[in-house]
Amino acid sequence: MTTVTEAQQASQPVIKKKSTSTFMRVVQYSLIRLLTLFVTIVIGIYLTIMIANMGGYVDEIMRSEIRERVTVQVAMNPANKNLSQEARNNLVMSEIAQEEKRIGLDQPIAVRTFRYLSNALVLDLGRAVNMTSDSGSKTVRLIILERLPSTLLLMGTSNLFLFFFGIFFALSLSRNYGNFWDKLVVALSPTSAVPPWFYGIFLILIFAAIFKVLPFGGMVDAPPPDNRFEYSLSVLKHLILPGSSLVLASFFLSIFNWRTFFLIYSSEDYVDMAKAKGLAARDIERSYILRPTLPTIITNFALLLIGLWTGAIITETVFLWPGLGRTIFRAIGLYDTPVIVGTTIIYAYLLAITVFLLDFVYALVDPRVKVGGSN
Amino acid sequence: MSSFKRNLQEILKYPSAIAGSLIILALVIVAGIVITTIPYSEAIRLWRGGEDVWYANPQYAPPAWINYFRSEKLPVSFALDSFESDGEQVVTTFEDVDGTTSRTNITYTFDFQADVVPQEISLYFDATYESKQPFASILWVTPDGREIRIGDFGVDKQRTYRLSQDEKLKRRLGGVPPMDGLFADPNSESGKPLKGTYQLLIESVAFEPGSTLHAEFVFFGQVYGLAGTDHQRRDLTLPLLYGVPIALAFGLLAALGTSIMTMIIAAIGAWYGGWVDELIQRITEVNLVLPFLSILIMVGTFYSRSIWTILGVTVLLSIFTGGIKGFRAIFLQVKESAYIEAARAYGSSDTRVIFKYLIPRMIPLLIPGLVSSVPAFVFLEASLAILGLGDPVLPTWGKIINDAQTNAALYKGLYYWVLEPAVLLMITGLGFAMLGFALDRIFNPRLRGI
Repeated sequence: MTTVTEAQQASQPVIKKKSTSTFMRVVQYSLIRLLTLFVTIVIGIYLTIMIANMGGYVDEIMRSEIRERVTVQVAMNPANKNLSQEARNNLVMSEIAQEEKRIGLDQPIAVRTFRYLSNALVLDLGRAVNMTSDSGSKTVRLIILERLPSTLLLMGTSNLFLFFFGIFFALSLSRNYGNFWDKLVVALSPTSAVPPWFYGIFLILIFAAIFKVLPFGGMVDAPPPDNRFEYSLSVLKHLILPGSSLVLASFFLSIFNWRTFFLIYSSEDYVDMAKAKGLAARDIERSYILRPTLPTIITNFALLLIGLWTGAIITETVFLWPGLGRTIFRAIGLYDTPVIVGTTIIYAYLLAITVFLLDFVYALVDPRVKVGGSN
Repeated sequence: MSSFKRNLQEILKYPSAIAGSLIILALVIVAGIVITTIPYSEAIRLWRGGEDVWYANPQYAPPAWINYFRSEKLPVSFALDSFESDGEQVVTTFEDVDGTTSRTNITYTFDFQADVVPQEISLYFDATYESKQPFASILWVTPDGREIRIGDFGVDKQRTYRLSQDEKLKRRLGGVPPMDGLFADPNSESGKPLKGTYQLLIESVAFEPGSTLHAEFVFFGQVYGLAGTDHQRRDLTLPLLYGVPIALAFGLLAALGTSIMTMIIAAIGAWYGGWVDELIQRITEVNLVLPFLSILIMVGTFYSRSIWTILGVTVLLSIFTGGIKGFRAIFLQVKESAYIEAARAYGSSDTRVIFKYLIPRMIPLLIPGLVSSVPAFVFLEASLAILGLGDPVLPTWGKIINDAQTNAALYKGLYYWVLEPAVLLMITGLGFAMLGFALDRIFNPRLRGI
């Protein structure tokens, strides 16, 4: 929600310029915008790949790990018992070479990073190095897709609730500015300095450990119920604590930000003018406050939607929620560059597309904005 | 100076700002005391020292003060050393019989008023001798005068005798666990332990001149000290105290580094304009694509978990964020002001304008953001620790929570283990957030009066 003021600045470029043809201008603008966004993505993804390899340092870790694993495997295998020392060494060497080839370690790091990059850019997510999905597949696409629903469920419910309830409540606060609830929200907004997982620990303590009414973590009961209805009921029960900790962590600050934002807009002269004309409060709110703030609201909503993608790594860890955040964390622990890059590239594309489309949406909802006009 | 005074008066109007400042002040004082009394190396020794440092502490023991809130009192841990004979709790007598043989008698006396038996009682012997071991027999005297023979054995150079692991003692006590047997009240039906003054007597005979016997009596109660202990018997007071300077250092350094760097870079971009400005904007956009937490986790997993490395990466990744755009917008306005023009007219250099005229103008706007961003960084350190990426050697609050989580503290009912660091983290976070929030309303003219 910190983006409220930023987005407001972003939406400001008010453009009035007579140009040759609207169509040409829009096309030219779109091409330049798309190109810069693409270059941004390429650089961002390449940096991520380099960091995920630590500039080749991770290769060393992987190499020594393969060496150790293969050596132990060969030594433990009873079939190799009768082999001579030399034959055994050769076997180890050839298996190491094979394993390194499978992962791609036989190629220089520079070549590999560019291959990762080009594959990522065409959304060919490829196969994971060490990770497998729960169903046993090594395809990165399946690994991600498998975890996506649970992340969307957790992040979606809590963030959508925060967004709509926040705006609704903030509007009513800005109308009754200075009353008890308003002061309460202002006083409690510093509570959002605390991250969601932290509230999660307290919620677990109260509702799971002391009162024993809600589960400590996980997504369904073990064993999962067969019945579809009972299954969703069980998921719902597990959703309450992580969901509320996500909501609680940004509840007051989010309302406070929206309320301040609406208050700034309701102190505009045209709102006073409308009040002086004696328009109904509802009409003022709809046509004079919500209308000019619509670009910001849309921006926040769009950013919220793509923000769902990344999941909440730590909240999911604390609640053992099998979401994407956990998957990313596990992928890092297993040096699984394809999975890390896969999640990053999808986020980058979603962000770029959203940023690109928002320009057009602004022009649609705000008559003061023209696509591609320069300031 | 008068504007400073005016701002101070303004701050005093906000109760939350006063509360926040008091909390921060208290934390800074505690941090100063901790750093000066417990040196860095000593803290690490106490935290990572191994069994030698923590052997006398009970495991999973809540803090002793929880007894004030319980009707059923838990026994408090303590240790008595035979070398520290005080005539009351420890009485050590030495008697030379004939030049070669000598007798050492040790009597430990303690008052037991709890309603629960202790976890364990251990005796840590060490003896000096050439070839013949000293011989010790141990006797237990209950408050009602019963005497229970605990054991007789020769003492090696070092020997740890744990009462509850002695199968012979268990059989002698009628098959009950030794702790229950030794503290049992024979007249009680409820199974509650007998309260009163207990004694443990060690009568030892040494068979060589100069042979000595030393024994430490350790009573592992159910509660320990001010903060309790963890799974490795470590006293939690140390990490709780030492966490204060570390959290403050991490939070403040990260916040300071980030905001100052952001401001300087924004000022440079706004002043020079052109490709410099363009480059800074593009870097900011690239940074938006980078997954912040994932990169920190990668650095922690692959490279180094040292808190200073993580601090550096955090600052680096936090410089080019949305804040730079906000600063840039204001700098662009300030750049046009008359006094800047005057400075240019008399020929001041670019660096002079940036550092002497542009940046000082922004400091009032910088402070609220700086203070408000401290909690995020303090919690970031704890968050990384929760993921198991805490600093490997330093005792921090996040690491306590992480230890508690991996040992299922909440599930086992060891609430103190999570609550103590959590409450400290929360107080720190709220202190900075409350002050920052109030400062924001004072310094940000847009919010004034709203």
